[in-house]
Amino acid sequence: MENVEKVILPDGEMIKEDILAKYPPKVAKKRNKSMVFNDPSKDQPIQSNVRTVPGIITQRGCCYAGCKGVVLGPTRDIINLTHGPIGCGFYSWLTRRNQTRPGPKGDNYMPYCFSTDMQDDNIVFGGEKKLKEAIQEAYDIFHPKAIGIFATCPVGLIGDDIHSVAKEMKEKLGINIFGFSCEGYKGVSQSAGHHIANNQIFKHVVGLDDKKKKGKFLINLLGEYNIGGDAFLIEDLFERCGLTLVSTFSGNSSIDQFANCHTADLNLVMCHRSINYVADMMEKKFGIPWMKINFIGANASAASLRQIGKYFDDKDLYQRIEKVIAEEMPAVEAARKEVMPHTKGELAMIFVGGSRAHHYQELFAEIGMRTIAAGYEFAHKDDYEGRKVLPSLKVDADSRNIEELVVEKDPERYKLRKTQEELRKLEKSGVRMKEYDGMIPEMVNKSFIIDDISQHETDMLIAKYKPAVFCAGIKEKYTVQKNGVPMKQLHSYDYGGPFAVFKGAVNFYKEMDRTINSRVWGLIKPPWDSNPEITATFVLE
Amino acid sequence: MRKIAIYGKGGIGKSTTTQNTVAGLAELGKKIMVVGCDPKADSTRLLLGGLAQKTVLDTLREEGEDIDLDDIIKEGFGPTRCVESGGPEPGVGCAGRGIITSINLLEQLGAYGDEHELEYAFYDVLGDVVCGGFAMPMREGKAKEIYIVVSGEMMAMYAANNICKGIVKFADSGGVRLAGLICNSRQVDNEKEMIEEFAKKLGTQMIHFVPRDNMVQKAEINRKTVIEYEPQHPQADEYRMLAKEMDANEMLVIPKPMEIEVLEHLLVEFGIV
Repeated sequence: MENVEKVILPDGEMIKEDILAKYPPKVAKKRNKSMVFNDPSKDQPIQSNVRTVPGIITQRGCCYAGCKGVVLGPTRDIINLTHGPIGCGFYSWLTRRNQTRPGPKGDNYMPYCFSTDMQDDNIVFGGEKKLKEAIQEAYDIFHPKAIGIFATCPVGLIGDDIHSVAKEMKEKLGINIFGFSCEGYKGVSQSAGHHIANNQIFKHVVGLDDKKKKGKFLINLLGEYNIGGDAFLIEDLFERCGLTLVSTFSGNSSIDQFANCHTADLNLVMCHRSINYVADMMEKKFGIPWMKINFIGANASAASLRQIGKYFDDKDLYQRIEKVIAEEMPAVEAARKEVMPHTKGELAMIFVGGSRAHHYQELFAEIGMRTIAAGYEFAHKDDYEGRKVLPSLKVDADSRNIEELVVEKDPERYKLRKTQEELRKLEKSGVRMKEYDGMIPEMVNKSFIIDDISQHETDMLIAKYKPAVFCAGIKEKYTVQKNGVPMKQLHSYDYGGPFAVFKGAVNFYKEMDRTINSRVWGLIKPPWDSNPEITATFVLE
Repeated sequence: MRKIAIYGKGGIGKSTTTQNTVAGLAELGKKIMVVGCDPKADSTRLLLGGLAQKTVLDTLREEGEDIDLDDIIKEGFGPTRCVESGGPEPGVGCAGRGIITSINLLEQLGAYGDEHELEYAFYDVLGDVVCGGFAMPMREGKAKEIYIVVSGEMMAMYAANNICKGIVKFADSGGVRLAGLICNSRQVDNEKEMIEEFAKKLGTQMIHFVPRDNMVQKAEINRKTVIEYEPQHPQADEYRMLAKEMDANEMLVIPKPMEIEVLEHLLVEFGIV
């Protein structure tokens, strides 16, 4: 990543030792494997996707949060019914700023929050009856096309069979109803929930509607959740380039789009972690090739568009793409020039997601900022080190807990999009299909990479490096800011965004300028830090 | 009021022994409440002369929180006050949570109130201590005295040893103590000696050896305790004796559960003649 200034930094290995010194020996040994001080000349393995040590304050969420909140949450026209006590239902209610347009018929259930509101009584006697009643009630009021049922922890403990309830009610009501066994305690992190959600969508929805959309270049966008309106900007870009978007998994999305996504000719994978396996399954079953793209950062967005152009190899498309890039870039450059003097050489830290911690480094680099430390909350080894490590990954008890779908060629719907020879030709022209190198190779020498960072490690990094900005989620926000360091949420963008593609990049540059150069952070030091406490003497000696 | 919980391996005869002993205590003029903690709701059948009981949880479900104590407590032999906590059908919901709900509700409704002048409350608990709910009578001082029904069969002794582990766990917080083993004979070789030794090793006593007698079965078919069905039968006297011993018992200990190897050694020592 160019534009990055050389700055004199404290010794990373010593910082690492300081961090680990606070842990009991066994914990230190485990955490040591999740921390890498980057040296791109070496092959450095990192431990990830392992259970957090109990007692450590982690950033991670639960399986249910991943299933309901992340993957299905942004889909407007499916009723997402949480089977469990009301707390779980409430906290997934539009709290993530996934935006959506209302859809042509206005059947948008995202402002609502559906829960079976289990009581003591339902725990003791089982909650299946109440679940059936809740499905019936939701159906009677809204007449949705589909209902998804999400299992919370107690449902798994008492053994309510949500899948048989789903089947029964599907037959009774004649709409698509299916369940997710995404009890919060399953798996290592929310990543397990993403997998469970995607598997069920793949099993129960994908391939149900063969009607082909009009358009020359049909694409799906996978792993883009429309936080703060990102997907709106991307959609606009596609339209101007002449690309027809069949389905997004899942931002500004609808269940009908999932149902005919198999008619697309190319899958674009944005968040590798949450959805790469769906891209793989779609390739196997329907013959749709996939490529990793990134629409965060103006340069990365331009490069991604050009890759898509090369895939379809169409003269008109090339021209339109170049025209769009040419239209967008001047505003980006102008904004960049404007903020650069205020941002160049500043340090950033990003600890979020399974992809964002990688993607956002692009944006920071574009305004001369260096990402000195980064890490994922719920990623797996391939998101750090690239897909080359996939064959060496070991299946452990936690991953066995999550169903692995066996997918075969669909006898009617499979269609070969590119022959082996065509794919080889593409590769030669610089288009890498089905590849992702991960975050580590793209990071600057002597940067920190920490998986599943703890609060203690966060505090230490901030104290040692004093970064200009720290990016994470809501749970970390105020502990970071109490250190006098501005904190930007990259799960929800706080109240800002969109940050995707070109217009989003401009938003991000300006927001970073405002954030890191705000004078408020200098005022956070309490008076007693610089002045001694009030002293007094006895009047009478 | 003495709060007593009876534990033991499933099918060992907890309910039968509890009710027969309660009948003996009732004959002595003691005021007793029996709380059945088994979803099958059959812990008070012999005292009530049948399964006529409406359970706490059923009542809660049908009538809501507004329950009258008289709706759930029925008068049985003696007279004794009988209540069944009830629970879900097999394979659904959470019976353990049901017991917690039910005992809390009984307390809330004042089932243990001074006006009832109770001298004894008996909890008859299903099977082994399988989860937190079934340990409820031990926790938070719901029951102070635990009797374990056991026989000379290996699995019954394993279960008894496990229950002792549960008692140790709650001994500090809830103040629960082991009061003794009741041997409900299965006519195993050397049974009495073995259980006496087993009790000694656990740091407790075998409070009574109840011999096996077909009269128990006969009375049970007639939905009665032996004391009610055949008051003159020697087996009735066995239960009367157990009742008296229990009434006089002051030996309350924190047990010392055994390592599995030690337990197995004990079985070898006594079991093989």
